[in-house]
Amino acid sequence: MAKSQVAMKINGKTVEALVEPRTLLIHFLRDQLNITGPHIGCETSHCGACTVDLDGKSVKSCTVFAVQANGSDIVTIEGIANPDGTLHALQEGFRQMHGLQCGFCTPGMITRAYRLLQENNNPTEAEIRYGISGNLCRCTGYQNIVKAIQYAAAKLNGVPFQEAAE
Amino acid sequence: MNDMTPTAAERAEKLEGIGCKRKRVEDVRFTQGKGNYVDDIKLPGMLYGEFNRSPYAHARVTKIDTAKAAAVPGVVAVITAETLKTVNLAWMPTLAGDVQMVLADGYVLFQNQEVAFVIAESREAAADGADLVEVEYEQLPVNVDPLKAMAPDAPVIREDLKGKTEGAHGKRKHANHIFSWQAGDKAAADAAFAKADVTIREMISYPRVHPCPLETCQCVASFDKIKGELTLYGTFQAPHVIRTVGSLISKIPEHKIHVIAPDIGGGFGNKVGAYPGYICSIVASIVTGVPVKWTESRIDNLSTTAFARDFHMDMELAATRDGKLLGLRCYTIADHGAFDACANATKWPAGLFSIISGSYDIPAAYCLVDGVYTNKAPGGVAYRCSFRVTEAAYCIERAIDIMAQKLGMDPADLRMKNLIRREQFPYTSAFGWQYDSGDYQTALKKAMESVDYKRLREEQRQKREAFKRGETRELMGIGVAFFTEIVGAGPSRACDILGIAMFDSAEIRIHPTGSGICRLGTKSQGQGHETTYAQIIATELGIAADSITVEEGNTDTAPYGLGTYGSRSTPVSGAATAMACRKIKAKAQMIAAYMLEVHDDDLEWDVDRFKVRGNPERFKTMTELAWAAYHQVPPGMEPGLEAINYYDPPNFTYPFGAYICVVDIDVDTGTTKVRRFYALDDCGTRINPMIIEGQIHGGLTEAFGIAMGQEIHYDADGNVTTASFLDYFLPTAVETPHWETDWTTTPSPHHPIGAKGVGESPNVGGVPCFSNAVNDAFAFLGSTHIQMPHDHWRVWTAAEKLGLHG
Repeated sequence: MAKSQVAMKINGKTVEALVEPRTLLIHFLRDQLNITGPHIGCETSHCGACTVDLDGKSVKSCTVFAVQANGSDIVTIEGIANPDGTLHALQEGFRQMHGLQCGFCTPGMITRAYRLLQENNNPTEAEIRYGISGNLCRCTGYQNIVKAIQYAAAKLNGVPFQEAAE
Repeated sequence: MNDMTPTAAERAEKLEGIGCKRKRVEDVRFTQGKGNYVDDIKLPGMLYGEFNRSPYAHARVTKIDTAKAAAVPGVVAVITAETLKTVNLAWMPTLAGDVQMVLADGYVLFQNQEVAFVIAESREAAADGADLVEVEYEQLPVNVDPLKAMAPDAPVIREDLKGKTEGAHGKRKHANHIFSWQAGDKAAADAAFAKADVTIREMISYPRVHPCPLETCQCVASFDKIKGELTLYGTFQAPHVIRTVGSLISKIPEHKIHVIAPDIGGGFGNKVGAYPGYICSIVASIVTGVPVKWTESRIDNLSTTAFARDFHMDMELAATRDGKLLGLRCYTIADHGAFDACANATKWPAGLFSIISGSYDIPAAYCLVDGVYTNKAPGGVAYRCSFRVTEAAYCIERAIDIMAQKLGMDPADLRMKNLIRREQFPYTSAFGWQYDSGDYQTALKKAMESVDYKRLREEQRQKREAFKRGETRELMGIGVAFFTEIVGAGPSRACDILGIAMFDSAEIRIHPTGSGICRLGTKSQGQGHETTYAQIIATELGIAADSITVEEGNTDTAPYGLGTYGSRSTPVSGAATAMACRKIKAKAQMIAAYMLEVHDDDLEWDVDRFKVRGNPERFKTMTELAWAAYHQVPPGMEPGLEAINYYDPPNFTYPFGAYICVVDIDVDTGTTKVRRFYALDDCGTRINPMIIEGQIHGGLTEAFGIAMGQEIHYDADGNVTTASFLDYFLPTAVETPHWETDWTTTPSPHHPIGAKGVGESPNVGGVPCFSNAVNDAFAFLGSTHIQMPHDHWRVWTAAEKLGLHG
């Protein structure tokens, strides 16, 4: 199959490559570029394990062809940390609040939350739950993921994090 | 001592040992996308495998033509049953004593069964090739209903067993019959029913569901022809079992098989067994001489590897008029699909189902289970459950509610009256299980007080009156469940897998500078073992948890173990860890005595050091003793500081819990809103309360999914209609309720640190609690049992049948 030339910015670096037109963005990232943070949990766009940030939107990279991402600016879990190398407030929050177990949904979940907090920097619990409803987790029951995102929101807003009473 | 000397309590806190809400070691890599899962593995020259699968549930395969598939650019080879026969691998043994087709050998028995395996240079080419394998089928009659499997005219599923009257577990009474298994005393149970004032009987079905971890099953097989060695990376909950089974069926000597389970993206029982994908990848690597990767799709996962439950239980209870339980009888049909690929201890074809008397003092009980074949995917795995405990707990907890309804008693009162009392432990049930410890009444009382149970019942009474008056269309349901688990399989007298006793192991090496490594035969799939085993060592040896590396999943370095499932890691390997620590500590004590020039008995342990009794200024810390172990051991003693322990548990452990759920149901839409869910768990000694709470949250969410919406459903032609996330319900953050957790602590008397295991409790207790809540909402209208799952359509249908829609 004839290959197409694509160029895109991934985690701040420009990448140029030849891809088959039918190559999915997630396979391009994982198999061709060895960016294995985003995962594959289904093939129907339900689970969100493959979520990346594409031109300022949360996108399920299993539902986008690599050629469609030509010219775009992509951030994956590998590019979430702060420029100085310290962990992003979300990465810290997920650990502090025990927002992960097997870790398979985590890259997609954090990448989704990264965009969510830019869309709404002080979301309510209901807004967080709705905002991450495109990302499935089989281990945590979401409660601690919600707390992790609240922790990160507080930290990014420079206010003390207060855990809701049980 | 000056004021700067840390106190014992301060030193203990720094260790982050047992009881500490230690942050997880694993999270550092997972939050940065640096986990290492099977699909992340890429070996030089690696090929990709993909299956061609059967569109039919039952058919003869009359022809397979692979020419077009082989001609696809990039396709390297196509494997069929004929290829596998050359290495005697067209069929493979299951853990349950059955055999299973690896690739269709003359016929197919369930939809999506593996027919051919295409190996190609890319995922895409493999998929193209799989599409072009041409298969001719002759359709056969289909049966997907387990209750019809033993009818005289039922289609015969397993032609290969024709005329075989003996199965792996005794006599077969029908061509589709797998096994009969019974427990308890039938005569005693019958006598109890004969004298009872009140009896109930209900057909309680637990539908077929799927563990559905977010990562599917996958492997990379790499066969080195020069060395004759196989390296197999895979999503394995039990890596050593895979190595042994792999060696037995492939004839590759066991020392030449290296099984590596890297990070696993959830297991829940899905990743215990061996699947055709593993066998085909191994053969493909042998045939091609290069590594081969197989990655299961989600549709393949939901429709072929490892379903759970599908238990249909005809349950009876007998009681006196005032609510004392006298007897239990249960007859169960277990649907195993096309092959009995159950992942139970080998002697237990129905697992530990005879825990069905639950948490109650029932003097007489009997159960009989018949396993049957149908045209459905093979399995019968323990989905977050210790071998059929989930089915048993669901059945008894529903039955208790039905009995309470018939007696006119509050279901919590009936439970309180019949719970095994604290002074009865160790308690031997009518089925012969010896429950190790418990304080059930205290737990139920605490749960009821925490939710103000009396007030909830009063509110429900008022709402029911208002409903009858037509003032509201909402019904309130209160679900109570009290469960007892039986985990930590298991004692070698009771449990083995293919003859291997179900012990587990830990090997600990303390390095000269006082840090160390612990290797185990278990394998975490999200449970946080790297964090928690280190906490056990921290408390046992006085070495900070941060100074201990925990390693699992490499059969070359880990001691032999049976893996992680059935909540067995803490009860078995956790015990092995503590016991290995105690060997190390005993040696350290001798070294300390030598260094301090006192007798061993003159020393006492103090958090992280041995000190001389009555002279606490004279001590040797574990760090000092580690160094000494490598250069200053007493004469005659071997240098070094390490130990290994293989732990054969003396008994199972019996975690328990009391759960209460409140739901509000709109009878016109069937929508159920979970207002409140309270879960009290007692898992004995609590190693890491943060991780325990996380496990409870996750298990409850799975229970919510099962009770409120999940079913692996087949139509009459055997088409699986729920094979993707479009149709198979997985709760998102929006549907998932808020969880309230609580605990009591009743240590296990026979476990070295008193821990019982907790991972499965919330799934086991959660499902009956939700189901009881929904059923309770309708109970006052005369409804006794509504089958799961309680999705809005089925709840609406129940309301319709009760005439609630006018």
